[in-house]
Amino acid sequence: MKKYSYILFLFFVLLAACKKEEKKATFEGFKAPSNFPTPTYDFSGNPVTEAGFTLGKKLFYDGRLSRDGTVSCGTCHISFSAFSHFGHSVSHGIDGKLGSRNAPAVQNMAWEPFFFWDGGVFNLDLFSINPIQNHLEMDETIPNVIAKLKADAEYVKQFKAAFGTEDVTATRMYLALSQFMCMLVTNNSKYDQVLNGTASFTTQENAGKQLFEQKCASCHSGILFTDHAFKNNGLSLTNDIGRGRITLNTNDDHCFKVPSLRNIAKTTPYMHDGRFSTLEQVLNHYASGVQNTPTLDTLLKQNGQLGIPLTNDEKANIILFLNTLTDETFIKNPLFAE
Amino acid sequence: MNRFALLTVFIVAILLTACKKEATTTEIDPNRKGSIMLYFDNRAGAQDLVLNSSSYQTALGQDLTVSKFNYYISNIKLVNKDGSTYTYPKDDSYFLIQESDASSQSIKLSNVPEGDYSDIVFTLGVDSIKSVSKIAERTGVLDPSAGAADMYWGWNSGYIFLKMEGSSSFAPLDSTTMQRPVEYHIGLFGLNGATNNLKTITIPFNGVYASVRQAKTNAPEAHFFVDVLKVVNGSSNIDFSVEPSVLSDKNSVNLANNYREMFSLDHVHNE
Repeated sequence: MKKYSYILFLFFVLLAACKKEEKKATFEGFKAPSNFPTPTYDFSGNPVTEAGFTLGKKLFYDGRLSRDGTVSCGTCHISFSAFSHFGHSVSHGIDGKLGSRNAPAVQNMAWEPFFFWDGGVFNLDLFSINPIQNHLEMDETIPNVIAKLKADAEYVKQFKAAFGTEDVTATRMYLALSQFMCMLVTNNSKYDQVLNGTASFTTQENAGKQLFEQKCASCHSGILFTDHAFKNNGLSLTNDIGRGRITLNTNDDHCFKVPSLRNIAKTTPYMHDGRFSTLEQVLNHYASGVQNTPTLDTLLKQNGQLGIPLTNDEKANIILFLNTLTDETFIKNPLFAE
Repeated sequence: MNRFALLTVFIVAILLTACKKEATTTEIDPNRKGSIMLYFDNRAGAQDLVLNSSSYQTALGQDLTVSKFNYYISNIKLVNKDGSTYTYPKDDSYFLIQESDASSQSIKLSNVPEGDYSDIVFTLGVDSIKSVSKIAERTGVLDPSAGAADMYWGWNSGYIFLKMEGSSSFAPLDSTTMQRPVEYHIGLFGLNGATNNLKTITIPFNGVYASVRQAKTNAPEAHFFVDVLKVVNGSSNIDFSVEPSVLSDKNSVNLANNYREMFSLDHVHNE
């Protein structure tokens, strides 16, 4: 009998432990990593709440945001490729129509000052209207989307939970989507673990890091691996003038956003038009493919030499370093996945 | 009897002048608030603008049929004859005038301090501060998903200040629609060094004062003419065969410099 009660006691202890662990997994809201800069997103009017995040996530993965119900945000921004469109140089939207630029990774959005490859949108809350209305992407009108959401009792309930009343409005939809996107923080790659002393680089990764800091980090700078600038990195020109279309300044023609390199191994293909499918091709471009076009960034034509000199060994080591920027806990986080 | 009649006339006369005097001396009290009505009468040259039917002639002698004419008025100020300026509350000061919607063409400014106003000043477009404001602060005619849906660039976050669309036999043929469309969507508020097409418009009331008084049953009215042809006529006469479409484009400054001249006073009346 004593034995039994002991077992029973153990059982309850274990149960309580389980419960405790469950409690630990409660929603923590947006937390800026201590070694990241101050977020650019203004949370004052839109603090991340569990209900807002949950609603944003539901919207992000809901095909009803598109005209025929087939395309959601998550169609082209897939969690396992850091919310980019793995393997697609440009994405196919509604009716199989092709977009014109590569779907970028949706990560660390709270630190992005500009959105799109040309930076035409300067506030995350003003972003989501675009893919919904774009004829090549989701091709739906905002009033139609709102009508569809209003007709769904579950959505009405979730809007109320997130914003206090049952009003289903476009503004609230954008705010909820922003809450979801702001939560997509990636800061647990091997690189981060090395920074906080819980992992260490191999010799080759370390060599790659040194090279990266010498040859790449002037643009892909800081803890976010971008200076958030717009540059012409020497690609052969297409009709897409990028940033120049926004600023109407010819000095910005063919300039595109310097992307973060976090999770770069997972976000193939590369460049604003997805023209390169491997990191080897990217580094080959910088080493020997840079074109001397009028707005080429000056860092890519130093001392009368085009591009960044790199040996094959150096390229290999840089790629090994770039692989350490992959954050498996981020891309596999069930909280974010569809 | 005679004396009584005289006295009566005298008293009545005194009372009458007293009444008049009271009306003139204590006339203006800025603590009292009244209203003023603004009317925007869209025209094409000397003719009233009629959408889709009438054909008008531009300065270059090209025909133009107008199918859409919309513009934003914001940041309204009234200049008092004493030299001071009254600024209408900024958040209530955004109006979208649309030729297709008669109700949008008159604006009632309420709660305006009593005064005799000699000029009106406003922005044509949506000022830069509002253009970068939070989504929740963009309501009514500024809501990109509703009131501003037709007057907003999502891809280049910003309002279209003025939109004029139509057709001309001088414009190139669109082979899919078999039409010869012209379209001018003018915006840009100068973000990141880009073009700034915001224009401040001043319309003097030509010596007539709009007298805002609380006691008035009929608010004073200021009627303006807005000449759609001035979008394409002016310092840069637009040739439809060369520039049938100007959107988010450097050349938009030419049209903005043209249309800043499109407003004129019709008349002000107080009764």
